[in-house]
Amino acid sequence: MSTEIADKNRDEFDIEILNTVGKPFIDKPEDIKMATRDCDVFYGDKQAIFGVDLDIGKNEIIAMIGPSGCGKSTYLRALNRMNDTIEICRVSGSLTLDGQDIYSKKQDPVLLRARVGMVFQKPNPFPKSIYDNVAYGARLHGLVSNKADLDDLVEASLTKAGLFKEVKDNLQKPGTGLSGGQQQRLCIARTIAVDPEVILMDEPTSALDPIATAIIEELMDELRHNYTIAIVTHSMQQAARISQRTAYFHLGKLVEVNATNDVFTNPEHQLTENYITGRFG
Amino acid sequence: MPLNTILITLLLLLVFSYFIGKGRAIAVSTTKSNGRRNLHSLPSYYGYMVALWTVIPAIAILVIWTIFETQIVSSLTFSSLPAELQQEGQSSFGLLLNEVKNAVQSGQVDSFTDPVKIAAAERYESVRSISLLAKTVVVLGVALVCLYLGWRYIKPETQARNKVESIARWAMILCASIAILTTVGIVFSVIFESVLFFKSVSITEFLFGTKWSPQTSIRADQAGSSGAFGAVPLFVGTLLISLIALIIAVPLGLMSAIYLSEYASSRFRSFAKPTLEILAGIPTVVYGFFAALTVAPFIRNLGESLGLTVASESALAAGLVMGIMIIPFVSSLSDDVINAVPQSLRDGSFGMGATKSETIKQVVIPAALPGIIGGVLLAASRAIGETMIVVMAAGLSANLTFNPLEAVTTVTVQIVTLLTGDQEFDSPKTLAAFALGLGLFLITLLLNVIALHVIRKYREQYD
Amino acid sequence: MNKSTQIVEAGLQKRYAKEKRFRLYGLISILISLAFLVILLADIIGKGYPAFQQTYVKLDVTIDGEVLGLTAESPEDKLYSASYSKVIRNALREKFPGVTDRKQKRALSNLVSKSAAYELRDMVVENPNLIGTSGSYWFLAKDDVDVFMKGNIDRNLPESDRRIKDYQLEWIDTLVAENRLEKRFNTVLFTEADSREPEQAGIRGALMGSLYTMLITMCLAFPIGVAAATYLEEFAPQNNKWVDLIEININNLAAVPSIVFGLLGLAVYINFFGVPRSTPLVGGLVLTLMTLPTIIIASRAAIKAVPPSMREAALGLGASKVQTVFQHVLPMAMPGILTGTIIGMAQALGETAPLLMIGMIAFVSDIPQSIIDPSTVMPVQIYLWSDSPERAFTERTSAAIIVLLAFLITMNLVAIMLRKRFEKRW
Repeated sequence: MSTEIADKNRDEFDIEILNTVGKPFIDKPEDIKMATRDCDVFYGDKQAIFGVDLDIGKNEIIAMIGPSGCGKSTYLRALNRMNDTIEICRVSGSLTLDGQDIYSKKQDPVLLRARVGMVFQKPNPFPKSIYDNVAYGARLHGLVSNKADLDDLVEASLTKAGLFKEVKDNLQKPGTGLSGGQQQRLCIARTIAVDPEVILMDEPTSALDPIATAIIEELMDELRHNYTIAIVTHSMQQAARISQRTAYFHLGKLVEVNATNDVFTNPEHQLTENYITGRFG
Repeated sequence: MPLNTILITLLLLLVFSYFIGKGRAIAVSTTKSNGRRNLHSLPSYYGYMVALWTVIPAIAILVIWTIFETQIVSSLTFSSLPAELQQEGQSSFGLLLNEVKNAVQSGQVDSFTDPVKIAAAERYESVRSISLLAKTVVVLGVALVCLYLGWRYIKPETQARNKVESIARWAMILCASIAILTTVGIVFSVIFESVLFFKSVSITEFLFGTKWSPQTSIRADQAGSSGAFGAVPLFVGTLLISLIALIIAVPLGLMSAIYLSEYASSRFRSFAKPTLEILAGIPTVVYGFFAALTVAPFIRNLGESLGLTVASESALAAGLVMGIMIIPFVSSLSDDVINAVPQSLRDGSFGMGATKSETIKQVVIPAALPGIIGGVLLAASRAIGETMIVVMAAGLSANLTFNPLEAVTTVTVQIVTLLTGDQEFDSPKTLAAFALGLGLFLITLLLNVIALHVIRKYREQYD
Repeated sequence: MNKSTQIVEAGLQKRYAKEKRFRLYGLISILISLAFLVILLADIIGKGYPAFQQTYVKLDVTIDGEVLGLTAESPEDKLYSASYSKVIRNALREKFPGVTDRKQKRALSNLVSKSAAYELRDMVVENPNLIGTSGSYWFLAKDDVDVFMKGNIDRNLPESDRRIKDYQLEWIDTLVAENRLEKRFNTVLFTEADSREPEQAGIRGALMGSLYTMLITMCLAFPIGVAAATYLEEFAPQNNKWVDLIEININNLAAVPSIVFGLLGLAVYINFFGVPRSTPLVGGLVLTLMTLPTIIIASRAAIKAVPPSMREAALGLGASKVQTVFQHVLPMAMPGILTGTIIGMAQALGETAPLLMIGMIAFVSDIPQSIIDPSTVMPVQIYLWSDSPERAFTERTSAAIIVLLAFLITMNLVAIMLRKRFEKRW
């Protein structure tokens, strides 16, 4: 790469971010599911997220995009306190679910994670049978009292995840034996079996082939009617296809939030424009 | 020339030939234009090449000669004996030879009065000195010839580096093959003696007999018929003690590993882990001493105060201490396999709202189970083969019992007792030790191979 | 809040109680394991530390030329062969003139160790002018006296239950009152080899035996182990049957019971090759085979940890594969290899069982001078002493254990420091 190109790239990358532009907030309070104000995340001495203000609405899919290392996954993990498992990680600011502070002492992380489920980048089915994978959360939380109810729940969850037809004869086979796309749908089924209110998805299709990706995107669109979904994605096309709102992160800061259509056709911020037009990435 | 002198001479030759080779290389190269650039390799490689060529064949001859020298010398001495003495056979000759050898070495041949012994001593001494002389001449001669050949061989285009490197490579292959030689050596040494043993005691007797008392059958006509070589009580005793050890070590070791890898703060971990490993570094003889002098009396007194009769060398004491010894073994193996469980599985479980212990019990442990089982099998193999603790703390009486408060004996205890007591090598008693050794080797081999296979498969799964 | 959230919330308390319990089990497990270690060490140190002191008796000795049949001009061999124990005995009788009973007389001369006569002899041989003089000298006390002085015999027990009888007590009390009994640092323990008499027994012989054995083990196991590891890691062809076989063998040998190596040593080294038994030579050969797998496995890990870029850099400059390995890879892997070697050597130093098989269990009262002298090693000495009934030997066993543990801990500390110091992140 010549120095000229490198310099040009750096110029387009190094634009100062003062405030979040666009519409990070939702007007009607009853439409807000989760809200963060002035959210900072630190790893030891290093700050990874700087003062993010954002509302996540009920029954919407909000996509978070941005270049690698921009902090979008870190922000997502802060929403159900997955960062607690990392010893050196610290979160400050106000993060609420239905108006309640999720980082308050009274808030229980176990209860929170039952309400705010998560699907990970790499499909991670437990080394158990398909049935046990889906039943895992329900058994854990004591959601059902008898075997028949559990059977129903497993079937319903697998059906919602669009997997039941494919696996109904093999429920006792190990979940790790499925294909990558099936595994990811199994993980989604596992998550909805707990009946969460919000589902966080951390690049759920990045390890999958295009066909499996398409199936999962379709599934997300259906899930939207019952759940709030926040998805981190690497692919701008995916964000454009499935989300109602899009948030663009850059170097740990939230740059712009707008309706997805607006972000991709008429970005307000120069950085957003540079990113979606492929000047860096 | 005695052996030491030969070795020192060879060492000097080694250094000498290095410089010869190096000098020669420089000499042949500078006769042409361009000087040393003509050489294929650096001059020192020519030195190494000549030095190795000089010494390796000589050392090989020396080693082989020394190994077979004793046998050849004694058989030559034997053949010189009067015919009627030869007919008395090898064993009396062995005694005679030992006597003669000692006398020659301490210079007390004069003390012999028996003419046969004097003759044997003279013969022995002369054969030995001839052998030594011949050895010196052959070894040094070969070295010098090789040195000359190596010297002649050096030309600028000689690929000295490649030659030296291929010697180094073969030496390394040889070193790596020692592992196989060791296994072969173990197998042969135990099988060979065991076959002799099973000639006098039937295999079924040994494997299924329930009475073990080797002392009663020293006389050959009693062996086997008395049924005193039934190894069942020994294997049961070994099993009992190992079982007690595992019952103590597996839960403690596993829970310690879980706590250290999942819960403990890094400060506590950095203190507790090495401290726990001290337990693994303590010699087994120390555990044996502790078991025999502290734990066994303690358990007996405790039992008595509870109204139980406890043998002073109870299986419980030996098993308990063996368990303590194995704790760090189990915990470090479990630690490894638990850490190999990918973080994504834990995240998946946490993400659904599982607590830490739920995640460990329902996701981490099931995922790590093959590895843990492999570790437990290795620990079992170690417990079965452990010797000093049981030698010092378990009894000698071969009771067939599963009561941990009674005294039992183990395979390893019997091997030690049979082989450290009397030194006569061909009695069924000493041969029995090798038969037991064979059994021990096969059982632990089986456990090890299964365990190592399971662990390897497990690692590959998450790599 | 939906219905399932309520259910989850209802069950939380119970689940957290379980969580706490589980965590507690873990902590308890560790604490139990650590407690075992503390008890073990405390027990051994408690038993062993008195052995670092030994009781000495001061006697007024008249070196009477008539009793010994000597004059200052006697030739040296006469000086050696004279009966010095008589002089010691006379000194004791003079001290306690009232003793007439034969049994008590014998008990009286058993107040001091048999070594007292030898000490006296050495003094006289060195300075023959001592003949005919009198003087006060300190001698080693007998083990029973020593045990009593260390408070390990309860004088309140009935006489029939103690090793020290009433009249002996009386003598000891007299000697104590006159300051003639004294505990000093036990030099005998470190200067002498094994002995049937506890007070004369030391660990020097076993220490030298261990030293020679370790020397042989190291000289063989280190080069062979490193060469084997280097071959397997750097030169061995992939997916080769022979190489696979070697690997399986090494891993298995690391888990073979040590006593089996003893059987191998007995059958192959001693009976087949005729290596002299009970010697450091054969002990070292057996321990070499035992230590090799440890060294090979550790060395392979160290070599594997050297990043491929280092090899590529050397190869790219035109070094041959062998040169690359010997001049670049091995020096970088050396700290790891040394750490593994030290740990392997520490294992070998503590090993007992295989050495019993090859005759290193023999009673040896001489300090070995070479690798083919009969000798014993530290752990076997511990085993031998632990089998002796005398209370004084129990104490010495623990002392020997303390010395052995001190060596092992030092070796392990060196290994840890080496690892810390050279731990590099490439």
